[in-house]
This record gives sequence, structure tokens and C-alpha cells, in this order.
Amino acid sequence: MTDLLYSEEEEALRAALRDLLADHCDAAGVITRVETDTPHDRALWKALADGMGLAGLLVPESQGGQGATHREVAVVLEELGRAVAPVPYLTSAVVATEALLACESEEAAGLLTALASGRTIGALAIALNVAPRAAHKAVRHEDGALHGELTGIADAAAADVLLVPADDGALYAVDADAVTVTTQVSLDLTRPVATVTFDGAPARRLGDAEPAVRRALRAGAGLLASEQLGVADWCLTETVRYLKERKQFNRPVGGFQALKHRLAQLWLEVVNTRAAARNAADALATESTDADVAVAVAQAYAAPVAVHTAEEALQLHAGIGMTWEHPVHLYLKRAKADSIAYGTAGRHREALAELVDLQAP
Amino acid sequence: MTDAAELRRRTQELLAAHQPGATDRLDFLKARFDAGLAWVHYPEGLGGLGAPRTLQAVVDAELEAADAPDNDPRRIGIGLGMAAPTILKYGTEEQKQRFLRPLWTGEEVWCQLFSEPGAGSDLAALGTRAVREGDEWVVNGQKVWTSSAHLARWAILIARTDPDVPKHAGITYFLCDMTDPGVEVRPLRQVTGEAEFNEVFLTDVRIPDTRRLGEVGDGWRVAQTTLNNERVAIGGMRIPREGGMIGPVSKTWRERPELRTHDLHQRLLTLWVEAEVARLTGERLRQQMAVGQPGPEGAGMKLAFARLNQEISGLEVELLGEEGLLYEDWTMRRPELVDFTGRDAGYRYLRSKGNSIEGGTSEVLLNIVAERVLGLPSEPRTDKDVAWKDLAR
Repeated sequence: MTDLLYSEEEEALRAALRDLLADHCDAAGVITRVETDTPHDRALWKALADGMGLAGLLVPESQGGQGATHREVAVVLEELGRAVAPVPYLTSAVVATEALLACESEEAAGLLTALASGRTIGALAIALNVAPRAAHKAVRHEDGALHGELTGIADAAAADVLLVPADDGALYAVDADAVTVTTQVSLDLTRPVATVTFDGAPARRLGDAEPAVRRALRAGAGLLASEQLGVADWCLTETVRYLKERKQFNRPVGGFQALKHRLAQLWLEVVNTRAAARNAADALATESTDADVAVAVAQAYAAPVAVHTAEEALQLHAGIGMTWEHPVHLYLKRAKADSIAYGTAGRHREALAELVDLQAP
Repeated sequence: MTDAAELRRRTQELLAAHQPGATDRLDFLKARFDAGLAWVHYPEGLGGLGAPRTLQAVVDAELEAADAPDNDPRRIGIGLGMAAPTILKYGTEEQKQRFLRPLWTGEEVWCQLFSEPGAGSDLAALGTRAVREGDEWVVNGQKVWTSSAHLARWAILIARTDPDVPKHAGITYFLCDMTDPGVEVRPLRQVTGEAEFNEVFLTDVRIPDTRRLGEVGDGWRVAQTTLNNERVAIGGMRIPREGGMIGPVSKTWRERPELRTHDLHQRLLTLWVEAEVARLTGERLRQQMAVGQPGPEGAGMKLAFARLNQEISGLEVELLGEEGLLYEDWTMRRPELVDFTGRDAGYRYLRSKGNSIEGGTSEVLLNIVAERVLGLPSEPRTDKDVAWKDLAR
């Protein structure tokens, strides 16, 4: 049976990371940073990668990583979600890393070690909204170089290397300085998307694209649920805290039954999301035959919960919640973008219909 | 300290001395109780061995493998789940010796005389009176929603013994003999057509003071033990995927393609996901309890299952189309058990309406989650310092 609890080591990891984020990733700082030309927090990334070795959690020790599992990565994503940290962790240390783990070439092995150290940041050049096993765009491969344009590539602006699917069915590594990355104006300022233009960019073959992309997107979708859990958990905790303090009609607002019931409902949803997210992380970690179902269930459930919790947090903070200075908007934007990332809840329900034999009419 | 190996050894001893096939069911159950293997976390001499509660599973597995008779825990659920822990905590030695063994073996069925027509969610407002006369209490009043009252030999009862103090302070807890003169049980027919519950009328019922549980006026605190145990029971069982109400409707969907519509498909998938996630939350809670770290998730499980049962059974009636227009049987019957998965969709739809009312309404449970888990302020109270007799009714 799936282990749905957190181990002592995982709780220790959480505590250490939460301390680090409290010191280096405060909400006001994040708001200021995302308005600049460099929305990614390089110093925080260095602390996570060099200081704590978190970029290589999924990479075997023989290849320079930590040899940990998706369970530990899930805890990291919960905490990064609670802080809406503007770092390319999900995109580089999870999705790009998983793609490389599916490739057998020396090129891929070398890149994997580079990504594990955190000194190189990678991004899979597939639009963030693409669901596992859904169709995606590829660029044209010709004489060792790539031509074309891809849009909606998350964290491309921070990436040193792009992993690019081409029309010959292979996945290629392309250095970021050989392509043109144009940042798009993104709904989620903390995980910006970009257009990448390939104009004869030199490309190094990594392996077959299909298994690499499938594995990467499945892990991305499954572990995204833990980030969504972190987002929802922060929104609930902050809203409860605020409503205990905020007074109207000579009473704490949190004492009104209409609001208490809404908060209790959110708590239920967060508790359920934790179970679903742990189940997905454990299924991925143990390479369970149930992993596809666990991932689809987690995304179908967690995505709407994160959005609902953030929307309620904004409403229940009322006037202050609608301002730019209060960080709840960062969470709402992340939650809404996450609800599209790696497939919407609806796409995952469709996947489930196949997986558990509940066919459409 | 009694460990798993020791329990396994004792269970095998019991099985050797009382071979399941050759022993009368009740004799076996009595022997099991006397061997301390009934509820291993209870004290020695009272059906247990003072072992950790989690080790009960070891005994149960051995007995199940040997096909040993069981005590039909669903039928005697109120006794096991509510009366027993309360008697254990507040009972005199004499009361424990008298009541726990026949309760556990199922020789004596229990019911719960708490709710009243005017005191449901506001249980402490109850008006059934108990007046002391020498060594006895004379009880008058009416109780309602009493499961198993028509089968029960004993009842746990709370009654007002002092109307001059605020409502929570004037209540006392009793063990009531359902065969005593003045106890009248009337079936209460429900929306399903069945009478699973009863009304119980108490007219000059005389209860000896030796059947009082806890101190006079301390009944509310004693009742908290009962009520907390009522809610603990939910969510502790391991269920497989599609193990609840989502199972039958999924089966119908697979077997009857002609019934499928796009709208129902979307709703079914959403509910399937929610049912699976609720199952995982229950499993997570079970795993937490197994390592001795019970979380507050249990408070939410009943809420989740009530809503899911209602939505899923409602969807199933629609899915069935013309068959959904029919109902299996409106005959007034008196079932001993509630069957949530074995019956028709129409029955399940109607019966599940009670899931958000029985054992605490969803509205009250949401308040409990908000106040006890999230720490939000409680509702303003206008009844706190007012004598019960002065409250508006």
C-alpha cells in the first residue's frame, strides 16, 4: 500500500527549507523582483542548489545527484509553493531532469550531472499547458541544427539549456545563447513563459523524444499537485490568521458562521489534496503500476482546489486582497496558471476515463 | 508488555481450546472475552490485556483465518462504539463487570437515548427530567432518532436532574433498562418507507441510583466521551478503490452503455475523483493512527462522505433513467442494519439524506472543524450563564 505519510527525514527537509525561504524569499521581495527584467531569484536558486543540494534530488548519486525520490521532491515543491518562490525548480530539477533520465546518451548523462549541481538550468521546450500523452509541437531538424518557434515555454528565460523535441522524433539539447528567448507577458509572474526562436541553432541529440517527454510530463503533473498543495495551504493559513485579527461589527470576522463554514470547507479540500498529492508522489517514487491513475487523480483534484483556495483567500481578505501590495495575488496567479500547467483537471479526468474504464458515451 | 507474537500465541490457544466449528457461537465469544482477546486495549478481566489498540488487528486476522464466529459488530455498534468506552471510563467496578461482557458478546444490545424533539444539534438543551426519590430516579420525557431501540436491552440515557443551573451543568448520565415499566418504543417511519429509528417515551421510569454513570450533574462531560467515540469510528477502515457508493454506479456505467450521456459522464468522473481522494484521505488517517499520530482529518471524513453519498446516489438515479422512476419497496419494514451498497439506487438516494444529519449535522461539524481545528472564534452564546428553566423554548 502507498505510504501517505511524511518520514522524519522529509519533515526535517521541510523545516530546513522553510527556514531558508523565510529568510530569503519574503513576499514583498518576490513582488518587487517579478516587476524587474530578471524575475528569477538567482541567489535563492544558488542556496537551494549549492547550499542544500536540492537540484539533484532525482538524480542518482553515481551521476552527481542525491539519489532521493519523488517523495522528497514533493516536500520541496510544497514549500516552494507556499512561498511562490520564483525559481525554476519544477521546470529544471523535475521536468527537464526527468526527460534526461529517460535518455541513454552520453550527452544526456553529462547534462544530467550539470543539472543536478544546479549550476546549469534546463527547460523542456514544450508549452507548459501540454498534458502528459497529449500532442505537442516540435521544431524542424536539418543538418544538426534546429529551425522554428515554440511558445509557452516556462522558465525559458532562466534556462542555460533547452531540451527540444524535433520533427525527426528525437530530443535535442540546445544552448540558450544559440536561440532567441522572448519573454511573454505571463499571467503567473513567478513562473514566466517565453517564446523560443530557433534559427539554425546547433543541436546535440539526447535520445528519443517520445518516452522522455512522456516521463517528464507525467512527473511534472504528478508533483505539481504538491506545489498546488503548498499554494492552497498558505492561502488557507494566512486567511485564517487574518480573519482571527480583522474585526468588523465589533467581532473578529472569523467568528461569523458564514465565513467559518467556508474556511472549514477549504480545510477539507486541503486535507484531501495532501492525501492525493502524497499518493501521486509515492506512486512515482515506487514506479507503481498505478502511477498514471494516481497522477491523473491528483491533478484532477488539486488544480481546482488551489484555485478555489486562492480565490477564497482574496475574497475573504476583501479590500486588501485586491491590492498589489498584498501577496495573495501572487498565489492566485500561480494557482490559476498551475490549473492549466501539464493539463487541466478536465484533461486529467478524460485520461482517467480511459485508465479506469469509465468510457465516454 | 503484550506484543504481537504474544497475542498470536494467545489467539492460537483460544482456537485450540474452543475449535470454531465445534463450539457454540456464544460460548466461543464468551471464551474470547475471558481470554482478553475481545478488545485487547481494554484492561485484564474486562475483555482485554491492556495492549496497544493497534494490535487488535493481529488477533482479528488470526481469528478470521480460522473462520471463528464474530460478534456481529455492525448490529451492536452503539454498544461497542459508544456505551462501552463510556462505561469503561466512568463506570464503577460493579458496572464494568455487569455490562461489558454481555455487551461485547452481543447478548445484550444497546441503544442511545440522547436526542429529543427539541434538542438535536443543541443536545444540552434536553428536557427529559430525572427526579431523585430515595435510591431511585424517576424519569419522564421523550427521546427520538433511537436506532435499535426495538432490539435493545439497555440504553445510555442523559436526563436533566437540575433545571436551576445552566443547561450543561444540570445533566446526569444513566444506564436505562429498556424492559422497565414506563419505557415505550414506537417505530418512526422515515423517507425511505422503513422504520430504522424509533421514538422512545419514558413515563415514570424508575432507575436505581446504582445505574447512574458518573457524578450527578456531570452528565454532559460523560456524554462527551460517548459522542467523541461516535465520531472516531468513522474513517478508520481500509477500503479498496470504488469500495463505497461510487462502486455500484461505476459498474452500471460500464455495463449499460445505452444509459450514458455526456453530462452524466462529466459528473461521474468528477465524483469518481472525489471518492478516490476521500478514500486516500481515510487511508492517510488510518496510517497516522497506526503510528500513533492521529490527525484532525477524522473531523472532516464524515462531512466528505455525507456529501459524496448524496451526490453519487443522486447521479445514479438519473443514470438509470426509466428505472430511476421506480422504487424497490415502500412497505414499512424494521431493518436491523443500514445497507448503503447492497440496495437499489432510489433507496440509497433517500437514505443518504440522513448522512448529513445523523451523528451531528454537517453544519455543526463545519463549526467544529472551524473552531477546534482552525481555532476560529466560537459563536456568541446567549445561553451560557442562564438557568435551563429560564431559557426560551
